[in-house]
Amino acid sequence: MSAFKYSDEVLRRFRNPENAGTIEHPSGVGSVGNRTCGDVMELFIKVVDNIIVDAKFKTLGCAAAISFSDVLCDVVKGKTVDEALKITKDDLVKILGGVPTPKLHCSLLAVDALHKAVEDYFKRK
Amino acid sequence: MKKVYLDNAATTVVYKEVLDVMLPFFTDKYGNASCLHSWGEESRDALEEARVVIAKKINAGADEIIFTAGGSESNNFALKGVAYLLKSKGNHIITSKFEHPAVLNVCKALEKDGFNITYIGIDRDGFVKIDELKKAITDKTILVSIMHANNEIGTIQDILAVGKICKEKNIVFHSDVVQSFTKVPIDVKKSNLSLASLSAHKIHGPKGIGALYVKKGIKLKKLIDGGAQEFNLRAGTENVPGAVGFAKACELIASKDIDKMEGLRDYFIAEVIKQIPKVSLNGSGRDRLCNNISLSFHNVEGESVLLALNDKGIAVTTSSACTSSKLEASHVLSSIGLRPEQSHGTVRFSLSKYTTKEELEYTIAVLKEIISKFRGMSPLK
Repeated sequence: MSAFKYSDEVLRRFRNPENAGTIEHPSGVGSVGNRTCGDVMELFIKVVDNIIVDAKFKTLGCAAAISFSDVLCDVVKGKTVDEALKITKDDLVKILGGVPTPKLHCSLLAVDALHKAVEDYFKRK
Repeated sequence: MKKVYLDNAATTVVYKEVLDVMLPFFTDKYGNASCLHSWGEESRDALEEARVVIAKKINAGADEIIFTAGGSESNNFALKGVAYLLKSKGNHIITSKFEHPAVLNVCKALEKDGFNITYIGIDRDGFVKIDELKKAITDKTILVSIMHANNEIGTIQDILAVGKICKEKNIVFHSDVVQSFTKVPIDVKKSNLSLASLSAHKIHGPKGIGALYVKKGIKLKKLIDGGAQEFNLRAGTENVPGAVGFAKACELIASKDIDKMEGLRDYFIAEVIKQIPKVSLNGSGRDRLCNNISLSFHNVEGESVLLALNDKGIAVTTSSACTSSKLEASHVLSSIGLRPEQSHGTVRFSLSKYTTKEELEYTIAVLKEIISKFRGMSPLK
């Protein structure tokens, strides 16, 4: 995408991020990013019998960061932990219908948050 | 949906009166101003009248105004025009850290071409450090370029003081006065300005026209080769409708409009700070453009605020460079000492004479809601 324009899917999720929030007694939490560079994201997952049954996020960032956080939660729900770890940033970009090039790094942030949350889950187990 | 346009530092609506005087020059009075026939004469007369009006506004002579395609061209013309012509005299140029990219990037281009540039620092209130500027001058200094009012934070620089220093040292002084023109009185003689860049579309004139004030006696390298238009410095058929519209726009701003904008600006700043926690104003509250409001909202991302306001019909701009490929914070905000995390939450609201109190009340109400929503979504407290 050369012109700076968000896809309808990014804007839809940005306007109404259904997965924004927290989980009480989460199985794992992944915190990534820092405010100096830009976005900060926190992902909460609830794992039952090795399946991610719920995911929520808290994100401070741009529309891309918020929509990547939101889509990530949708994608991981119902997956086993191993399946979830196979999700790539490109998968997320595809679901969002693409993002402007400068915003691609936000997808990495979401995937990193997932990996950290899973790591935290194994630590707690 | 309600529409509230608060991005007048980016561009402005063309006044109806401006459009009205322009239109005949597209349809009936379309002659080439360089031609001898009556069509040409009609256009030429209009062009020269426009030049007089614009010149008067800054206390210059009509033969000191060169029409250009806008502010960026004027800045390029001024800096490159002087630098390449005076290269034998010296290769040192002084500017500031928070100039518009149309000055900063010209300086970077000149650096690659063998010029040394000193970028003067800015204090926390948003003013160029005059002492630093004084000390930076060497016998190789050929040009000083300091903007009049900053486009992001609206602080008005003391160009009288800079002009005085340049006069003492006999150095060419250029100022980008695009943001301040018609909002702050400019007297090129009092300020000892050698060059000043102007633009029409920031003052309710048309896009695609601007001007460069060039003091009599100041020589510039030719910008565009071709015909002998614009004192043989900038070739190309004259943009007569643009010039006529530009001149009309200059005449329409009244001091009561400035007072009104100042009142609304101060009202907005005070109300937002009162109603929304953790907000700070960037740049000094005094010596500030009548229409500039730059606010940093703690723990929110400017881009998100911009988009959410846009959804409610409100147009603003961010200072964050989030839209660029780098994640660097705005050079202007860094220059006044803002930390990157503060810069990321910065939004600029810029008013016009058409802005109403009711529009601002609506904006504040929406802003309150949006900021609280985003802060609720933030992992940081």
